[in-house]
Amino acid sequence: MYDFAYHRPKSVADAVGLLKGKPEARAMSGGMTLIPTLKQRLARPSDVVDLGGVKELAGIKVEGNNVVVGGMTRHADVATSAEVKAAIPALAHLAGHIGDPQVRNRGTIGGSVANNDPAADYPGAVVGLNATVTTNTRKIAADDFFKGLFETALADGELITSISFPKAEKAAYMKFPNPASRYAMVGVFVAKTAGGVRVAVTGAGPCVFRVKAMEDALAKNFSSAAIKDIKIPADGLNSDIHGSAEYRAHLVGVMARRAVDAANK
Amino acid sequence: MTAATGIGARVLRTEDKRFLTGNGRYVDDLPLARATYAYFLRSPHAHAKIKSIDISAAAKMPGVVNIFTGKDLVDAKVGGLICGWVVKDKHGQPHKAPAHPVMAVDTVRYVGDTVAMVVANTYDEAKDAAESIKVDYEVKPANVDPGRALDKGAVEVHPEAPGNLVYDWEIGVKADVDAAFAKAAHVTKLDLINNRLIPNAMEPRAAAADYDKGTGQYTLWSTSQNPHVLRLILSAFVLGIPEHKLRVIAPDVGGGFGSKIFCYADETMVCWAASRVGRPIKWTAERSESFQTDCHGRDHVTHAELAMDKDGKFLALKVDTIANMGAYLSTFSTAVPTYLYATLLAGQYTTPLIYANVKAVFTHTAPVDAYRGAGRPEATFVIESIVSKAAAEMKMDPAELRRKNFIPSTAFPYQTPVALQYDSGNYPPIIDEAIKIADYKGFEARRAEAKSRGKLRGIGFSSYIEACGLAPSQVIGQLGGGVGQWEAAQIKFNPTGNVQIMTGSHSHGQSHETTFAQIVSDKLGVPMEQIEIVHGDTATTPFGMGTYGSRSLAVGGSAIMKAADKIIAKGKKIAAHLMEASVADVVFENGTFKVAGTDKNVPLAQVVFAAYVPHNYPLAEVEPGMDENAFYDPANFVYPAGTQICEVEIDPDTGEVEIVNFTAVDDFGNIINPMVVEGQVHGGIVQGIGQALLEAAVYDKATGQLISGSYMDYTMPRADDVPSFKLGYKVTPCPHNPLGVKGCGEAGAIASPAAVMNAVHNALAPIGVKHVEMPATPLNVWQSIQGAQRQAAE
Repeated sequence: MYDFAYHRPKSVADAVGLLKGKPEARAMSGGMTLIPTLKQRLARPSDVVDLGGVKELAGIKVEGNNVVVGGMTRHADVATSAEVKAAIPALAHLAGHIGDPQVRNRGTIGGSVANNDPAADYPGAVVGLNATVTTNTRKIAADDFFKGLFETALADGELITSISFPKAEKAAYMKFPNPASRYAMVGVFVAKTAGGVRVAVTGAGPCVFRVKAMEDALAKNFSSAAIKDIKIPADGLNSDIHGSAEYRAHLVGVMARRAVDAANK
Repeated sequence: MTAATGIGARVLRTEDKRFLTGNGRYVDDLPLARATYAYFLRSPHAHAKIKSIDISAAAKMPGVVNIFTGKDLVDAKVGGLICGWVVKDKHGQPHKAPAHPVMAVDTVRYVGDTVAMVVANTYDEAKDAAESIKVDYEVKPANVDPGRALDKGAVEVHPEAPGNLVYDWEIGVKADVDAAFAKAAHVTKLDLINNRLIPNAMEPRAAAADYDKGTGQYTLWSTSQNPHVLRLILSAFVLGIPEHKLRVIAPDVGGGFGSKIFCYADETMVCWAASRVGRPIKWTAERSESFQTDCHGRDHVTHAELAMDKDGKFLALKVDTIANMGAYLSTFSTAVPTYLYATLLAGQYTTPLIYANVKAVFTHTAPVDAYRGAGRPEATFVIESIVSKAAAEMKMDPAELRRKNFIPSTAFPYQTPVALQYDSGNYPPIIDEAIKIADYKGFEARRAEAKSRGKLRGIGFSSYIEACGLAPSQVIGQLGGGVGQWEAAQIKFNPTGNVQIMTGSHSHGQSHETTFAQIVSDKLGVPMEQIEIVHGDTATTPFGMGTYGSRSLAVGGSAIMKAADKIIAKGKKIAAHLMEASVADVVFENGTFKVAGTDKNVPLAQVVFAAYVPHNYPLAEVEPGMDENAFYDPANFVYPAGTQICEVEIDPDTGEVEIVNFTAVDDFGNIINPMVVEGQVHGGIVQGIGQALLEAAVYDKATGQLISGSYMDYTMPRADDVPSFKLGYKVTPCPHNPLGVKGCGEAGAIASPAAVMNAVHNALAPIGVKHVEMPATPLNVWQSIQGAQRQAAE
């Protein structure tokens, strides 16, 4: 990797201060994407601001109808949290199936969501549960947050402090992993909430997306039978040696039905 | 003899203590004072002309010690890398052998081809400087598909090999085979691709070298499976360093699977440059370099036809194969798809007539050479796939069809129509045992139960034979091999009674430190903890050919047995003197020399002591000391055989294949350590499952880029991809080596791809799927199902 200045601030304010005015500075949470990118010399940041020392960013609490997860909370902590398991078991399940134990004990929710890798799992839950992303400056609704391939609504130097997930009546996440990387080739998060039914798909396209036809059908009848004939167009979906766009489109249907069945269990 | 550590005992691995406590010593661990670090600039293009290389900016970068390019090697008259096996084509002409420069001179021929070497004070400085080297490439079109490499107009890799043909080779008499086909009641035809694989040893390749100006001695530490052979190649063909001035050390090595047999550009450069730089040089491949530059394996395109009579008796087999050699001919590449492949096409069967035609081709891809099994997995995949397909076509039970054609146990030694003479074997009891363990009879009930859960269940057989334990040197010579294939051992007792065994074999996962010690413990009655196995250093071990082709026990172990016989023979003379008896009356049992029929005895340790302190000693007849050497050249290959049965369940909605049962019954001859053998079989099966379901080296057909160049895209088998294996053994001892052993290192990988794919085809047959290529990934299986459904709809 190339040389860079390394910082380990103790507060959000200090972190924001360190990033300010440095267009080539990068914030690092778990480093699960950034470190390999640095090692392959694919990125050359002037500064790396390690958020690992910012204690206020980590932790899980239940506030009324919401589970609020701090930006620096590790996947393993979400997966094993009694509060998360009780309030939104699908979210704990999702976190427990990200990567491998090493990744789960280093990677964070804020890092994953801010990076918006098209094959990441968490965007499925954020959109599927209609979560709210809180940053150091504002609150952003899930539907407004994810903008495209590795693109989000975050401004330069803006940090995710927490993500608030409303509890769901029923929810489940089904992932079909890429055989090699085990990232989501297709991941479907289905939730039935007070605000309606949501079907969020990650992995299949350049960015997480909702499937309105499925949501409408499931709002009328929350069963896998209700969506069995809904075909997802392959246009615009990802295609690689592990899955053609047609295969991914097909898997969206399969994983959505399995998610609905799991949610109904 | 101590039964707990002798032949047949499940002795825990001696070497594990240091490996598991982090005390293994690998090339990269080596502390070398004043070391410099090398980084190799590699071609980003599959095919390009190098118009110029400008190192001027790079040379001024911080920490840079030296930069070398291909031109420096030309100026220094360094030889090219060699292919050590001359295969003669069907007209008797030697294969096309274009030059293989250590570093590219004017043309790069695959992504990863070596372009320049930067030596700097640190690795990062070397890498920084490499980014400043300006190479002006004229990018040219590439050919990466072996199936199209012979097409008219295909881009040529080397002008010396017109049409990309390395050789057009054949075995068998085509006219006889064609005549048999004309009389056949049924012919089964099969087209298949044996997918290209990347070895992925856990430890990447590494090299370090030091040059002693005072003595002119080079020391090269290398992740080699065969340090003596590497020294021989570097000395005699590439660098011209006299053999006695080059010491090659292969310390602990973390896996090879064949990929560390060969002499690569990297260690050649590190060794050569060490004397020019005047400081030691270290280099360790990054994983992405391993993907790009380790020799790959397999990569065949094959058409096969099997002729049968009306009862399913095999009449003849013909096979046409295109074998990809990559951009250059690696060390043993030419032998793999010929003498290690086509000579195996009889399998376990009495097929009386076989004809095979193999065309080896150049492509703009990394060189392809031996990879676990080397030719024999490809042969087994052809035979066992076509036999299962034939059984399905003829509506015969696949086990029955195999049994009907097995070579009977009374027919050994059995001369096949493709040169090999099988020494021993008894195949029917093996398949019977496998069928019993796998509960074959209960399969249809399991299939029905799976169907009730929406799963397609299938079962597949693979009955393999392999020729390993390479090999009788004269046979290898007749076939064009450039080396002998014997093995050597030295047994050196110390005066205090402990013993060092110097072996020419090299252990990089095979457990020699345990199993070779077991042989000596068993044979000489020395406790395990008093035995040291020394390997991997040309300065301390006798010349040996190294470890590959499941040869170390059968050949290297036999050399140890021969040396042990010499120890006993000499010990008898000394013991006879000590016991005042006639040598003819002395016997050796359980570590003690005895006079038959009396209670006179003297333990080996006392004889050894007498040999080193020869005060009361027959000096007139016997030299002092207890240190014996032996060389062993095998009389034949060894022929392990077995049957595997795989059972899969396929999810038709996603195309996922799950292996739910896996049985392997093998005949490895006598077994030294069952635990070690199980480890080898497990590992081999997992590698074969990797080939069948997961692994594929994929080059972009347009650009020649390696798409599967990291673990993000190259699927290695993981623990949760495989079931718990059920193993069984049948033993027919090898009749021609002193241990009666065959070989177990490659068997699992040789047999399992066919077992898995036959199960996949069996599962998918009811829904009309005719053929699925390896790897049967979810995408591949799903697309095959879609294709069958489309066809059914039409």
